[in-house]
Amino acid sequence: MDAPLIEFQNVTKRFGDKTVLDRVNLQIYEGQVTTIIGLSGAGKSVILKHIIGLIQPDEGVILFRGQPISGTKKSVLDASLARISYMFQQNALFDSLTVYDNIALPLRETTNLKKTEIHRRVMARVKQTELTEAVGKYPSELSGGMQKRAALARALITDPQIVLFDEPTTGQDPVRKNAILSMIAQYQRKFNFTAILVSHEIPDVYFISNRILALYNRQIVFQGTPEELESFDHPFMDEVIGSLEALQKELTGLYSRRQFKILNHVQMKRRSQKDPYCLVVFGLQELHAIMSRVGYDTAQEVLSTMGLYIDKHFSAIGGFSTRRSTNEIITMVPYSSLAETEGIVNDFVRDFNAYMVPRIGETACRSASGASVDLVILAGIAEGQAQGDIDSVILLARSQQKEIGRLSCAAGE
Amino acid sequence: MAFDATIRTQYNNNGTREGWSWLDPFAAIGRMVIGWVNNLGAAAIFLALALWQAFRRKQFSKIIQQIYFIGARSLTIIMLVSLFTGMVLGLQAYHALTQFGAEGAVGSLVALSLIMELGPVLTAIMITARAGSAIAAEIGIQRISEQIDALQTMHINPIRYIVSPKIIAAIISFPLLTAVADLVGIFGGYLSAVMLLGLNAGVYWHSTQVYVVLADVTNGFVKSIVFAVLVATVCCYQGYFAHMRRDSHGAQAVGLATTSAVVISCVLILVSDYVVTSLLI
Repeated sequence: MDAPLIEFQNVTKRFGDKTVLDRVNLQIYEGQVTTIIGLSGAGKSVILKHIIGLIQPDEGVILFRGQPISGTKKSVLDASLARISYMFQQNALFDSLTVYDNIALPLRETTNLKKTEIHRRVMARVKQTELTEAVGKYPSELSGGMQKRAALARALITDPQIVLFDEPTTGQDPVRKNAILSMIAQYQRKFNFTAILVSHEIPDVYFISNRILALYNRQIVFQGTPEELESFDHPFMDEVIGSLEALQKELTGLYSRRQFKILNHVQMKRRSQKDPYCLVVFGLQELHAIMSRVGYDTAQEVLSTMGLYIDKHFSAIGGFSTRRSTNEIITMVPYSSLAETEGIVNDFVRDFNAYMVPRIGETACRSASGASVDLVILAGIAEGQAQGDIDSVILLARSQQKEIGRLSCAAGE
Repeated sequence: MAFDATIRTQYNNNGTREGWSWLDPFAAIGRMVIGWVNNLGAAAIFLALALWQAFRRKQFSKIIQQIYFIGARSLTIIMLVSLFTGMVLGLQAYHALTQFGAEGAVGSLVALSLIMELGPVLTAIMITARAGSAIAAEIGIQRISEQIDALQTMHINPIRYIVSPKIIAAIISFPLLTAVADLVGIFGGYLSAVMLLGLNAGVYWHSTQVYVVLADVTNGFVKSIVFAVLVATVCCYQGYFAHMRRDSHGAQAVGLATTSAVVISCVLILVSDYVVTSLLI
């Protein structure tokens, strides 16, 4: 692995008598989405404020590209910090300025760009964040979601190399939460910045994160991929992940990956080793392209509708489902053979095309802009054995995916 | 025994002191004085940074905006207050001086009182009440809602962006408003002494013209500039550090910061008025 972009070495921070961070060690790598998870008040935001320089550590060292921040020349440090943007938990928009002026503020105050160029850049961000109608309004006139998007637009206006997001989805409904997370993930890929998030949104945040840092009892107890976190054996998993999962209302209404894993484990333990089961992998093709055409909220609503319908259909025959990534849902059908499952899926496809596709179309096509857009829904089935490896069955089902539904929205429809 | 300061002081198992000592009131006074000196030093550095940042680029439009808020929008209230102050002065002076047959000095008494004392002081107090309190509250809210932190993360110096324009605008607005207050007050004296009580208009204007010299006007402006620096610095400082108050948090801290800003500004206006007057006389 490359050298870390940002590294904490034994960082301790106290506020009065209260120690918030105690000898924290962590590494953040360039070009990745790193999410810091932990309970409320655990000190996650304090870590971000150390990175941006709003707070200094009482003990320990923070390294930026291997160089300690405390010993760096002010001009060099300022140049490094100038490439970092911060999106505050409560947005911190200037309530006496319009959305346009809020977004334009960093360019007006820190660059020598001409008015026309500033206007062009601001309007581009306004369009990308779907704020065109709100551009002349004041923050107090906007909904919570629009304020978040305005703060996001302001954070991205200077094309930063590192963006820190302090609970970007707080107070949002499941559709909006996932829309904001998808937007962050898409911008991260598009502009290739390093994203550092603080979030409670488990499991939604796993889908966009390359690395997870777990803050527990004032220390970082885990650093690794979301997949590695699943097998992390620590009280953190029960006390924090369990409680956060219980608090979340998943976008799709499906089980979280952890819950799915436990349920699957319990089901399979009851079966003999050779008993077959079936697994269906549903997918929404080119979700990111769809997002840019129909908007983030609409794309998440489509995914949510699909998840809820899959759950309703398959739970009737003992099936259970989870979302594996932003555009993939896995359904376990534990008591059916391959032939039976094919029949169940055919029924599902018929009902889905008859009832759900028109409903989805009503929402999605209304929001479509520019060129025509196709929403293609895929499904693949594979059979596995009770004591076998589930990952290989998922791969097999994915390789056998074929189109089960298509919805075309004509340009400007 | 009488000199044993710790005679009534107990120490518990943790080494923490319990009870009280007769030295405690002195210690409290000492802490308070140290706190004042600390604040004084911090406010002086704050002012120096704000003045330094005032000459950076992109400040002109912000200063104009603040002149409009502090100066132009205070004009009506300043004119109203100074008009009635002048009228009262004219009334009192006429009745007092008539007893000695010196009613001819009413004009000079009204003009000198306003130009040397009441004009700068009343203007400063009225601006503190109208604009100073608003400045402290505005900056305090920007502080507790993390808007000032947001500026730092955007690499915009908050003192340059928020504080400097207000201090410069105050330094420009205070003398101008004082001049207006002086003129309107002298006219108020004319209204009561000449129009209502029948003093000869020529006598009123002649005495004003003869006894008021340029140095009186200059001294009045010097005072107004001193008041401008004090009021703007205190109000900005109280708002800027509202989050560090020990007696309160959040919205309550903003409220108390605003109150402190107004009270401290008014006290400093009167104290500095004496000091500046004694230096200029």
